[in-house]
This record gives sequence, C-alpha cells and structure tokens, in this order.
Amino acid sequence: MKIVVPIKRVVDYNVKVRPLGDQSDVDLNNVKMAMNPFCEIAIEEAVRLKEAGTATEVIAVTVGKSDSQEQLRTALALGADRAILVETDSLLEPLAIAKALAKVIEAESPQLVILGKQAIDGDNNQTGQMLAALLSYGQATFASEISIDGDSASVTREIDGGLQTIKVSLPAIITTDLRLNEPRYASLPNIMKAKKKELDIQPIDAMGIDTAPRIELLSVELPPARQEGIKVESVEELVSKLKNEAKVIS
Amino acid sequence: MSTLVIAEHDNVNLKPATLNTVAAANVIGGAVHILVAGNACQSVADEAAAVDGVEKVILADDSAYENQLAESTANLIQSISANYSHILAPATTFGKNVLPRLSALLDVQQISEITEVVSDDTFKRPIYAGSCIATVKSSDSIKVITVRATAFDPVNASGGSASVESISADGVSDLSTFVNEEIAQSDRPELTAASIVISGGRGMQSGDNFHLLETIADKLGAAVGASRAAVDAGFVPNDYQVGQTGKIVAPDLYIAVGISGAIQHLAGMKDSKVIVAINKDEDAPIFQVADYGLVADLFNALPELAEQL
Repeated sequence: MKIVVPIKRVVDYNVKVRPLGDQSDVDLNNVKMAMNPFCEIAIEEAVRLKEAGTATEVIAVTVGKSDSQEQLRTALALGADRAILVETDSLLEPLAIAKALAKVIEAESPQLVILGKQAIDGDNNQTGQMLAALLSYGQATFASEISIDGDSASVTREIDGGLQTIKVSLPAIITTDLRLNEPRYASLPNIMKAKKKELDIQPIDAMGIDTAPRIELLSVELPPARQEGIKVESVEELVSKLKNEAKVIS
Repeated sequence: MSTLVIAEHDNVNLKPATLNTVAAANVIGGAVHILVAGNACQSVADEAAAVDGVEKVILADDSAYENQLAESTANLIQSISANYSHILAPATTFGKNVLPRLSALLDVQQISEITEVVSDDTFKRPIYAGSCIATVKSSDSIKVITVRATAFDPVNASGGSASVESISADGVSDLSTFVNEEIAQSDRPELTAASIVISGGRGMQSGDNFHLLETIADKLGAAVGASRAAVDAGFVPNDYQVGQTGKIVAPDLYIAVGISGAIQHLAGMKDSKVIVAINKDEDAPIFQVADYGLVADLFNALPELAEQL
C-alpha cells in the first residue's frame, strides 16, 4: 500500500507572530520555520504503517516555495521514502493547494492520504476535506486511531462530545488529530540518509490548475488587548473579588 | 441575498451553536433559512422553525443523514446551494468536517471561523492562534463560512414561525459509514456552553488530581476543561481541550489552574469575561491575561477554594 502525506512549512509554533507596521500582513521576516505539528503526526502515522508492514511506500508532498525542501528533507529523515515539491512562488489558498495535491495524487494513485487536520499559520482546517471532495474520496477527519482492514480503514475521530468511529473505503483521506501518535525525532544518521533520498520538483504552472486567489487580505491587526489584572494574596481575597467586584459567582 | 445556515443537532435537539450562527447570518442581512439534515428529526425542524428571525426551515429527513457524515451531507447542501449567496455552519467538529468539502465541490475558497461580519463579503478571523486578526474579502459568488460561536450572541430560540419545507435525500454516498460513537456522559454543562469553566494544565500532575477541579466545578455549576499539555500527558480526554486546536470558550468566568498560558491555550479562552489564574510560577504568561492572579501551590489552593465556595 502506497501512502501520500501532504505536509506544510509554517512558522514555528513557539514564535509569537505580529502584524507588519503598516498592518498589510503578518511580519514573517527572519522568523523560525518548521514543519506544521499536525503534519509531523501524519508522517509518523504513515511511517508506523510502513514499519508494521501495512504500507510499502510513504511519499511526502508539499506545495510551496523552494525553501519548503527543508521540511521535505525532515519528512525523509523521519522515514518517508521519497518527496515531491510542487513549486510555486505565490502564497496559495487551501483550495488551490488542494487542487495541486489532487494532481499529484491522481498521478501517484496511493491507497491512503494522511495529512494534518490544520496548519497552525492560517488555522483554516480545510485542505484535507477539500482534497477528498476534489478526488471524490471518502474522508475521516480529526483521527485519533486508524486501523487498515483490507479495502477500508476504520478511523476513530475526535468529535466535540467524545469519539466517533467510522469506516471509510480506500482510497481515502484521513486528517490527524493530536492524540493519534507521538512523533519521533529524526536521528542524525537518518538526517544524513535523507539527503540522498529522491526529491522531485514539479512546477505548479505545468499542472493546468486555477490557483488565482479568491480572498483578498485587507489588513492584519493585533487582537484587542485585555486590561491588566491584579494579583490577589489569598484564596479568601480571590473569592471575595469574584463575588463582590467581578460578580461572577454568588 | 439569502443565507443558508446548516443546523447542528443530534436528531432530537438543535445544538446552541446554531443560534450563534443564525446571529452571524442576521448581521450579513437578507433572508435566513436553516437546513436540518438528519434522521427522524422532525423535533429539530420544529425547534429550528421557532428560532427568531428564520424565514424557512428545509428538512431532509432520511436515514442517510442519521450521523451527518461529510460525504452525503456536503452533496445534499450542494444540491440546494444555488439558491443562496452565503452558506454558514458553526465552527464545531461537525461544521469543520462538512463545510470545506462543500466548499471544494462548489469551487469556493471557504472562510473559516469568522469572529466578525464587516460587510456581506468582508469578515474578520483570527490567524496564528489568535495572535493576529485578519480582515479578508471574498470574491467568490457563494460565500462558504464557518462561524466561531463565542463571537456572536445567540438569537432567541423562540419567537419565530418559519415554514418547514421537506426535501428528499440527494447525492447519498457510501464512501464512509458510521460504526459507533462514545459520547462522554456528564451532569456538568457542555464546555462551550458553560458560563463558568475551570481548566487544569500540566501542573495538575495526574488525571486523578482533576477531581480537585471537579469538586469546585460541581459547586459552581461549571464545566471542566484542560490545556493541550494536560491532554498530551494523558491526564484527560481530548474533548476537554481548550485552545487553538481544541475548543474555543468564552464563559463569564474562566479559572486556569496549573496552566502556564502558552499562546495555543490563550487562543481558546482569552475572550472570557473574567479570567482567574492559579499557578505557583509567578512569571507564568497566564498571569498576563488574568484579571485575578493567585500565586500559590494548587494542591493547597484548590481544597481551600472548594471549602470557601
């Protein structure tokens, strides 16, 4: 079984992102970049399926600028067999990214596509579901457990009230939630080996897809700041403040 | 201009987030219709028809929609989408699952988790875990939008008298099938609907210690939440998680216990009216957003708090 894992290069989760001075966009000058955390979980799950003998090949794919090769190399160091960069200089919206990924998946025809539920930059939570629609595949989002059973996958999903298990016919799209697994760290020998693995670069222009933006970013601003609070000295003082000042308990 | 709101429900009752979504639709303007897709869900349609300001309820009552799986639900919405300028759903796990699929079927770039309607094509939404707020304008002919419920006050659940129109199932898919569901049973209020939330973080040290929070929750009629760190550490299930990748809450009172206050957690609770932080580390970032901070060992403070309530 072949598994495709789309990943994304994003601002490292430790970075506090701020607007540019003119509020035209976020300020990404000299910030640390990394693989989106949910994508690491997706790579890990695919690699575990390969280690368990369920999968035969894991292909990491990203759509982005040339520097996204760095995150593909990380994916290769974590256990992906080869990688594909769909190269574009534009910052694409999720729908355009899903269209590019759909082209790659049509060419590779994997039995399973695993990707992160959400990228922590735009917080859109869209690409996997869109990809499933474009390919007419079934989808199992927010997965916390995956088991492959012949031509279907049984997936436990994190839903608002608890857990839901569904069966989805393969090929299918699965998006990862937090508790699916704990991703490994890349070892130094594997980082070295990853440098020799195949990384194919495909220009997006050759794909014949409409990637024109549908959304115009008008401005980016800081959220309204909270008024500074106070420190209380004791539980007694806290309870008194909540009762008499904030009036949120009685 | 007219807006279709996708109802969130469990085939028996309309879920409250639907009312916040109707509120967002009202700001956009124009007629508001509600789609109820479910199985044996007439009671939900009746509830939706009573929602203030709703003109029409569209009821698709069919066993195919029993569990509202994404494939069949998105196909159904697509079949009636031509009548609408806007299609809205709450940004719950249900809305987040179905709407992007619909959006791609319609060749539309969805706008996720709006927190403000600026005009009928311009919206505000948080990005980077709420570190920044983006104002975005859509050029798509149909706007497909998920709505952050906490950002809109709910409309009245009564006072309306909408007509109910039944439609047949359309585009039923067997790509996915429902197996089972484990819904946590609790006497406490639901996390996103509670007026008081008390959450624990890594500082709780174990899942067992969450009973310290539960005792207080029961005295206050509060819901219990957790930070991602506490979920990661296996103290509590993921449906407790408040934050960027979990639930967004904005109660009247939020009590953060043993939570350091990473940006990912703040993203899920910083719009709460009053925030209390209890942490033994006086430099913890949670104190920067807290109205009332108590620097104390939670294992001393919590029993004392329980006693005084």
